[in-house]
Amino acid sequence: MNHLFAILTVVAYASSFGLYLAFLNAGKQLTGRAATILLAAGLVLHYFALLERSRGTHTVPYHDLSGSMSLFGWLLALTYLGIELYHRQRSVGAFVLPFIIVFFLAAQIAPADKLSAPPAHGPVFAFHVTLSILAYAAFALSFVLSLMFVIEERLLRSHKLTNVVWRLPALDLLERMSHSSVLVGLVSIAIGTALGFIWVDRLTGQYWFYDPKYVITLLVLFLYVCYFYLARTAAWRGARASKLCIFNFAIVVLSFTVVNLYLSNSHRYF
Amino acid sequence: MSSNMEIVLVGLNHRTAPVEVRERVSFTNEQARRAAEELRSRGILAETLVLSTCNRSEVYGVPPETSHECAPGLSSFLSEFHSVRPDLLNVSLYHHYDREAVRHLFRVSAGLDSMLLGEAEILGQVREAYRFAHEFGATGPVLNRLFQGALEVGKRVRAETDLGTRPMSVASAGVKLAERIFGKLRERTALVLGAGTISEQVVAQLRDRGVAHLFVMNRSRERAAALATKFNGRVMEWGDWETALQIPDVVVSSVSSEEPVLLRETLERAMSVRGNRALFLMDLGMPRNIEASATKLYNVYLYNMDDLSDIVQQNRNARESEVPRAESIVDEHVGKFLSWQASVELVGLVEALRARVQEERAAFLEARLNRIPNLAPSDRAQIESLMDELLEKLLVEPAQHLRSEKDLRRKIHNVEALRDLFLSKREKP
Repeated sequence: MNHLFAILTVVAYASSFGLYLAFLNAGKQLTGRAATILLAAGLVLHYFALLERSRGTHTVPYHDLSGSMSLFGWLLALTYLGIELYHRQRSVGAFVLPFIIVFFLAAQIAPADKLSAPPAHGPVFAFHVTLSILAYAAFALSFVLSLMFVIEERLLRSHKLTNVVWRLPALDLLERMSHSSVLVGLVSIAIGTALGFIWVDRLTGQYWFYDPKYVITLLVLFLYVCYFYLARTAAWRGARASKLCIFNFAIVVLSFTVVNLYLSNSHRYF
Repeated sequence: MSSNMEIVLVGLNHRTAPVEVRERVSFTNEQARRAAEELRSRGILAETLVLSTCNRSEVYGVPPETSHECAPGLSSFLSEFHSVRPDLLNVSLYHHYDREAVRHLFRVSAGLDSMLLGEAEILGQVREAYRFAHEFGATGPVLNRLFQGALEVGKRVRAETDLGTRPMSVASAGVKLAERIFGKLRERTALVLGAGTISEQVVAQLRDRGVAHLFVMNRSRERAAALATKFNGRVMEWGDWETALQIPDVVVSSVSSEEPVLLRETLERAMSVRGNRALFLMDLGMPRNIEASATKLYNVYLYNMDDLSDIVQQNRNARESEVPRAESIVDEHVGKFLSWQASVELVGLVEALRARVQEERAAFLEARLNRIPNLAPSDRAQIESLMDELLEKLLVEPAQHLRSEKDLRRKIHNVEALRDLFLSKREKP
């Protein structure tokens, strides 16, 4: 059953990706709508795949690499769908879907984790994990949008108008979509981190431990607040703010990889 | 339903007729209605649709009788209707029938026959001509189907190919570029420097794309005022750059001046006052009006005449490379239409054949069976049922086959020949 949902999810995401590409190429509204519907179908199927996986543990699937990657992919798809519907712009789909598919596939082939699970249960912890991963998904989305902005801005300023430039969303829209995405990320990470502290306090009677993960998470929060503020100032608006957003995501990736794997004592997969 | 399915087209366009002739042969809506009524009352056409734009005047019709000879009648009607000498008109007119007429209309609707390849207006004009003719009942089943097909071709070509997506004039290229930066221009402001022809073209494009506010600056205030009034804009004092450059998102400059009108330094100051909000500059002056090094300023997008002409040239090439894709959509729909046409004709023909056979059967049985002496009623019934079985096999099966198989209809091209062959009395469906 698990495999069935996984296969159907991949089929739905892959078809949606194909249609987003066709939409980018030909701009046919019907194709775009079909892409969105398939993405929504993929999200539902992906949800059932996650449900299957987490049934045994009775909580959000964060205990292993596979579960957290799959959850990340799902939240990325969910955030993207929300942003797409809010801004009524589908040209970004073709650039986001590959990331969703890669995360979902990587989750399927990731080796099972042999280590014992941390003592992590209860709704506070579950929300802490889910909101943190949602924040990272939203930051990933803003990274894609900012990258698109920087590339399109460069092409427009250097007068290199390739075919794709005429199909991409306008710079102004990319900027606004990136803002919305970062806003979702900031709210989620702020609440998620606060819940993390609450949970640690309940568990140990103490809010703060020295853990590089705490430091880097607060740094990420600070950097995205900077982006959110600076993107509206004279000196930074436009390409500079987008570059900052790209840099910020590099820190997120660092937090996910080096810090989680080698430095942190309490965080492994998110 | 009209008794005929033939389509005839007589018309002229920018390639066959000079503008003086096109002007005289063009139709207003009222004239189109009158022409359709006269053509019907004179028995020249049973269904009529007039497509008249600034580059073409075409009459599409379905004659009441099967006849390819209605085109000359249509030509002389046109020359009489518009009071143009026949010899003058006939050299400009083209005549197309059936497949060629269908193809011609579908290509027109796709923008493949336009002066400016892939232009978008023609689809709207075809839609409007059809709506108008349909409303006053000049069209019938054949032209309805034909024009619905044409609209579908037009929509598909625009949705599935790049034939109409890219701007083809310097003014529209500039405006499209502005949309790459700002998205929809509905909440944006434009400032136009100069009040000449090029400025006017750009202003028309900007208004067309819904720009919210428009300011005009010119050395001669009267000319600025004239342009501003025409396009519902406002005049700004020439030379007050500090104030002028604070507001707009798009600046279009087309001033005749030996020296640049906007210096980098001026723009740099303006950008700082604007808080570095993006500024799109279209320099259409020759020599250039805006100092070229301004392109280095942060959030400034500067395009001059050459840059925009390059885009137009690239787009022209890109549009031409899209022609085969558009033609294949046209071909597909021509095939669809002809197949529909053939199927309607064939189904009618088969119905007529069945009626004829039923009629013959009764007379045949009556005459032949009476000659056989001592025929028992049960034998008579058996012979009749055998005959029915044979006829059923001969006619009903092919008719059902015909209804279900699309390709078969396409293969049978000459329905007229079939009709002549089987229906000696020339009965028509």
